[in-house]
Amino acid sequence: MKRYYLSKLGQAIITITLVVLVVFALLRFMPTAGYFSKEQWKDMSEPEKTAYLRSLGVLDPLLVQLRRFVTGLFSGDLGRSIVMYPNMPIASVLGDKMAHSLLLNLLSWFFSALIGMPLGLAMASRKGGLTDKLGTLYVVIIRAVPSIIIHFFIQIYCSRWLGLPLLFYLEQPISWILPILSMSIGSIAGYGVWLRRYIVDEENKDYIKFARVKGLSQRYIMWRHVLRNAIVPIAINLPADFLLMLSGSLVIESMYSIPGTGGMLIKSIKAMDNPMVQVLVLLYGALSVFGVFLGDVVVSFVDPRIKLVDSNG
Amino acid sequence: MDNYSLQSPPFEPGKDAVLPQELFTRAEFSEQAGEDTGFTNYSYWRSTLNTFFKSHLVKVIVVLVALLVLFTLLFPVLTDKDPYQVALSARKWNLPPSAAHPFGTDGVGRDIWARVWHGTRTSLILAVAVAVVEVGIGVIIGAVWGFYRKLDTLMFAIYNTLTNVPSTIYLVLIAYIMKPSVFTIMIALVATGWISEARWFRSRILALREADYNIASICLMTPIRRIISRNVVPHLMSLVIMSAALTIPASIGSEVFLSYIGVGLPPDLCTLGNLVNQGRSAFLVYPYQMIIPTLILCFITISFYVIGNKFADASDPRNHI
Repeated sequence: MKRYYLSKLGQAIITITLVVLVVFALLRFMPTAGYFSKEQWKDMSEPEKTAYLRSLGVLDPLLVQLRRFVTGLFSGDLGRSIVMYPNMPIASVLGDKMAHSLLLNLLSWFFSALIGMPLGLAMASRKGGLTDKLGTLYVVIIRAVPSIIIHFFIQIYCSRWLGLPLLFYLEQPISWILPILSMSIGSIAGYGVWLRRYIVDEENKDYIKFARVKGLSQRYIMWRHVLRNAIVPIAINLPADFLLMLSGSLVIESMYSIPGTGGMLIKSIKAMDNPMVQVLVLLYGALSVFGVFLGDVVVSFVDPRIKLVDSNG
Repeated sequence: MDNYSLQSPPFEPGKDAVLPQELFTRAEFSEQAGEDTGFTNYSYWRSTLNTFFKSHLVKVIVVLVALLVLFTLLFPVLTDKDPYQVALSARKWNLPPSAAHPFGTDGVGRDIWARVWHGTRTSLILAVAVAVVEVGIGVIIGAVWGFYRKLDTLMFAIYNTLTNVPSTIYLVLIAYIMKPSVFTIMIALVATGWISEARWFRSRILALREADYNIASICLMTPIRRIISRNVVPHLMSLVIMSAALTIPASIGSEVFLSYIGVGLPPDLCTLGNLVNQGRSAFLVYPYQMIIPTLILCFITISFYVIGNKFADASDPRNHI
């Protein structure tokens, strides 16, 4: 078991290193205007700008900058925001925003798994029936209509018909409903359609046919054999899904004006706040790599084959 | 099944098995008919197309998509309506649909009919270009990756780096760094999408290499040229068509997302993404400004999903019988 975890951890570390390198290299191509606040950009003359950039260290050789950035990361110094929150340390800006995003994402992740999985199970157990057809229709609509339009309709109509608040307020839990609905509606379809697919694939396998021939009850086959195997590819994605939602809610957070981290990326990109973009991208990257690692850990509990391979090898 | 064999009486030759001889006539010996059993004129593509077009839904969708593509491509030739023509008088702003403006006009008096078809054209061209480049790169790299196992370490490192981080982030980043244009969006979409295609084709090609029917062909001394042209290429081609068809709706969706964020595309360019997002701001007062482009967009995405999925079914030889 230990070896499995260690190799997965190693993979995660390599990936994060590569992500840091890629993001860092990409950001060197960004317009240097991102290093100035609006007033500075207007008032400074060309030589002043160059001098300012030099003082920030942006004109140093790439490797020197990289070393500075990495050592900063390890000592917990994420740099300072320039345009969005002039001269505030990014770490302190992010702190309370993370709390909002985490709260909503945790709730919507919970609900989408809670609704999506039974949906997939129901669709697969009566394949071709009414539930299956309605579920497929739902999935097709979710996939075909741009998610932005769906979120938009949810915001406009659900708030009108159900009398729910149009924007998010932390103090009123009733205003959490619509953002959570928007966030979960896509992933419910995702869980439903994939679980259905894995169950159907699994049911066509020989060992299931054999179990049927042996006369085991459909219930027993479904819970003891089919589901245990079909859930593996879903389980491996569960933690990553949760962390991915942090970035997926980028549109929703700006729609409901949730003071979370999702809208931050868009805002800081529009404001061309380079250090901010850099940290945010890195944060999301690190979170999702961590999510993939957690998925590997989860799957080692769900999938008995991993233990077997490891103890034999 | 067990019950059946228990109930039916044991077989006794000569008792029930006697059939009246007059029901049978002796057939003439025919060399032609004898040869026929040894040769099938099975054609992969004909069977695939037959199975594909068996469904009426597919027939209708293919005809409609073909018409739509033809119409949007010819649209600039057919009319002289300028999608960028701004009306100076406020009386021509936000007009409801009428004969002169079939879809009405938008907030600065631009004709939505012309804008929608120009936008569909741009979005379709973009999506098709992305699909062709992405799948092309995917096939080539996937094939190389599948044949040289030494590349695994390198390619999986790239794969993890690109897929473990949400593609939106790379998409936004690339679109941010480069100047807004259709080309930028194309680069951004291809840069985030090619690796998944490559990985998928790698696994397909690995499976294809080890497939029993290829091993059987090799054992039967079938020339390599024939194995490639009869076994490998048709299978690969159908995979290419399928994944290209499924890439198109995804690219259109990403385009809408990017134009919502406001990076990548010049905001005044006619694309479905821009039209939908511009219509969104006027939705409460003039709903048709958003509904019309959204409907066309949904039609395109659903059509290509259906075409891709049905083609995947049709291209599987097991469904040809």
